[in-house]
Amino acid sequence: MSFDNAYEALTEDNDTRWAFGTGFTDPLAGMDTSVPSGVDAAELARSCLWLGDDALIMSHRLQEWVAAAPELEDEVALANIGLDLLGQARLLLARAAKADPALVPAVNQSDEDALAFFRAAEDFHNVRLVELAGGDFAFSMARLLVFSTWRLALFQRLVDSPDQVLTAIAAKGVKELTYHRDYAARWVVRLGDGTDLSHERMQAGLDEVWPYVDELFDGENEDDKALREEFDAVMAQVITAGALKQPYLRPVPTAGRHTEHLEPLLAEMQSVARAHPDATW
Amino acid sequence: MVSARAVAETVTDPELPMLTLADLGVLREVEETPDGVVVTITPTYTGCPAMDAMRSDLRSALHQAGFGAVDVRTVLSPAWTTDWITATGRQKLAEAGIAPPGAAPRGGPIPLTLTAPPKRVACPRCGSPDTELLSEFSATACKALRRCRACAEPFEHVKEI
Ligand SMILES: [Zn+2]
Repeated sequence: MSFDNAYEALTEDNDTRWAFGTGFTDPLAGMDTSVPSGVDAAELARSCLWLGDDALIMSHRLQEWVAAAPELEDEVALANIGLDLLGQARLLLARAAKADPALVPAVNQSDEDALAFFRAAEDFHNVRLVELAGGDFAFSMARLLVFSTWRLALFQRLVDSPDQVLTAIAAKGVKELTYHRDYAARWVVRLGDGTDLSHERMQAGLDEVWPYVDELFDGENEDDKALREEFDAVMAQVITAGALKQPYLRPVPTAGRHTEHLEPLLAEMQSVARAHPDATW
Repeated sequence: MVSARAVAETVTDPELPMLTLADLGVLREVEETPDGVVVTITPTYTGCPAMDAMRSDLRSALHQAGFGAVDVRTVLSPAWTTDWITATGRQKLAEAGIAPPGAAPRGGPIPLTLTAPPKRVACPRCGSPDTELLSEFSATACKALRRCRACAEPFEHVKEI
């Protein structure tokens, strides 16, 4: 639909046009979401929920760089990466809800909103890596590198999932994550192989992230091992190119499913939806 | 009466309004059934905020053309690739000052690229092949930002996916 000027578009009697601000509809609208026979619906839902939570929380941390990144280009890049991950989160949370409606909190909201805004911290399944509070650019690039390297390797495997919806989400995600990983890797190399100060801060960022790497790889079977090997190979390549040192493995500073950083993050992310449960935007 | 397909093919993309959804390769199928028109579209990126606008624009264009029930469906698979942008679409992009994409990468293992691969992207303004990448992310998810070394103008490039 084209308009002669922006005002004409604004006054058109068609509110859903303003999807950038209002009227979000089910991200799986119009898709066949039946669970294929032979697939355990509850297990599928759990996987989608975990993958969706990782993307949602990581997206929130990336959005914090908007208006705070070192350069406009990076602000735009981080916002775009955050938006890609938010898109993955919407599809994955909606998929989880369709596969196992019992997961969804009983509030009068769409499934994805109910899951994102009306669950408590203990019901989130994201890895701790994504919830750590940022603020330092080098740390954030180290985290984005670890996250996107792991997730890209994982999604390349999910492309062969028996669930056609998850397969499709993964196939799209692979294309996006390839750009995310390259972006983060180039920054890690640029800072690591830069000035003394940038090198020192890049190494510190990597060291800070490293204790949270092991929990990404908790599987024991052959494919889980191959996943870890693939991850290690990419990390080694970046660490070498960036003249950095492989961090020593230190114990994770806190025990438990989540760090102290998740609750404040959720308090901010969920505040508007909880204060105005009937609002539309 | 014009066919539903012909009507759907006139609907433009909300973010690249010089292209129709058909030019962009987002419009996958238009079917006229006894129960109404079924349109199938596919998102370019999973976070694409324009999907609702596309659905709504398709519905209203078809309604205005006299079609009653319109069902707009989304398919994620096969995933959209820039290879689906038609020749006409590429020409319209270039005319609008946006460099069209080259061939999309093929499947298989995905190598890490630590330096941006040298790409021959010609400047849509002066035609010079001497251009550099400024950022692989730009005002919309589907475009990278480049600069021409010959005429010094920045320009957008639809990146290959
Ligand atoms: Zn030029």
